[in-house]
Amino acid sequence: MLARRIIPCLDVRDGQVVKGVQFRNHEIVGGILDLALRYRDAGADELVFYDITASVDERTISPDWINKVSAVVDIPFCVAGGIKSVDAARARLEAGADKISVNSPALMNPDLINELSAAFGVQCVVVGIDSFEDGGTYRVKSHTGAEEATRDTGRDTLDWVSEVIRRGAGEIVLNCMNRDGVRRGYDIDQLKAVRKICSVPLIASGGAGEVSHFEDVFKLASVDGALAASVFHKNILPIPALKSELKSRNIEIRI
Amino acid sequence: MLAIVDTGCANLASVGFAFERLGVRKIITMDADIIKSADHVILPGVGSFDYAMAALYERGLVAVLQNLTQPLMGICLGMQMLFERSEEGEAAGLGLIKGDIKRMDTGGMPVPHMGWNTLQNITDDPLLDGVKAGDYVYFVHSFAAPVQGETIASTIYGQAFSAVVRRRNIKQNIYGCQFHPERSGQTGARILSNFLKVKP
Repeated sequence: MLARRIIPCLDVRDGQVVKGVQFRNHEIVGGILDLALRYRDAGADELVFYDITASVDERTISPDWINKVSAVVDIPFCVAGGIKSVDAARARLEAGADKISVNSPALMNPDLINELSAAFGVQCVVVGIDSFEDGGTYRVKSHTGAEEATRDTGRDTLDWVSEVIRRGAGEIVLNCMNRDGVRRGYDIDQLKAVRKICSVPLIASGGAGEVSHFEDVFKLASVDGALAASVFHKNILPIPALKSELKSRNIEIRI
Repeated sequence: MLAIVDTGCANLASVGFAFERLGVRKIITMDADIIKSADHVILPGVGSFDYAMAALYERGLVAVLQNLTQPLMGICLGMQMLFERSEEGEAAGLGLIKGDIKRMDTGGMPVPHMGWNTLQNITDDPLLDGVKAGDYVYFVHSFAAPVQGETIASTIYGQAFSAVVRRRNIKQNIYGCQFHPERSGQTGARILSNFLKVKP
């Protein structure tokens, strides 16, 4: 059976892993390689690196650390941030990333998704979506790396999910912004609504605080993976304990 | 010496690093002479079937790979290229293993099949020495080989498909892994290490 994935997310800024609350007030968590290895050893199924400043100040990620991560880590990892072209994506994949994830650049230029999937295959192309719940509707935001730069795109989240799949997304990471960093649980209603129309793997992001949040998102929203940052970085939920507890609750988990 | 065929696909670095972690010297190459003289050959691949086959033709490597006598292992799309055809494209495969690659029928589960899944029905084979049914490996693909005579381990996603295949005859010893051993933790490392012990 295919296991549900537990995915630590490492927000990268200036070569360090950082974490903020609702995308603000970033604090340094640690070095990229140290954390990558620590999570690999703890049993993470996959790693996601988001360069959270990249879309905002128009930088691109240096593929330098991607190469180093690929050299030491024997589990898959995805990189995101500042990927605006096929060439930028190729540089990261050639450096050893297994997948690349696009968010704001795809909103500004949706054809980018088609170009990426044509060049590398859908299995490499992840689309990240920052979704904000507003009175029962879900809206897509862009440039969420810095509060003052965040924009409402005018797009409905469900419409955008359908569109990116049509264009060649091989996986979707749905970050429910209202829940980000506050550890009150994943947005089950929103994830259920997206799951219904999402034919590719769906990864939940935003809100993980305790074991039952993971149990609920797998059992109720049927997501393929659950992404979290602060509960792992602050060791509130050690991954080995989380995974064995989920397995004991009859969720397919790789131990 | 181990040769990793430079298929122009994007995961060459990851495959190379996996062997570096095993302390093995390798060369990533599209040079036919180097490939012919290697002790073991890895055919990696991600992307689309036709694109990858076209790259092999452009580099003049189709006949080279078809006539290798040393152990050859295809990984992911590299495994699929060992077969005759794929429903993903129009191009002819290497034809080293009989049969076609099919679009996965997952019964409504998400496609691509992405993540860690278990190996089942493991045949006694040197490549899978120390690997047990239930061990997890990392997959990411939408097409797969059905279970057939060459299957030495299968995996279920919607239905069973070939996770590992082997074709051995008097002059060839060919393996294919649908998953990514270079991203499959200790189980993957074990399989790569076992492959290097396979004798020509």
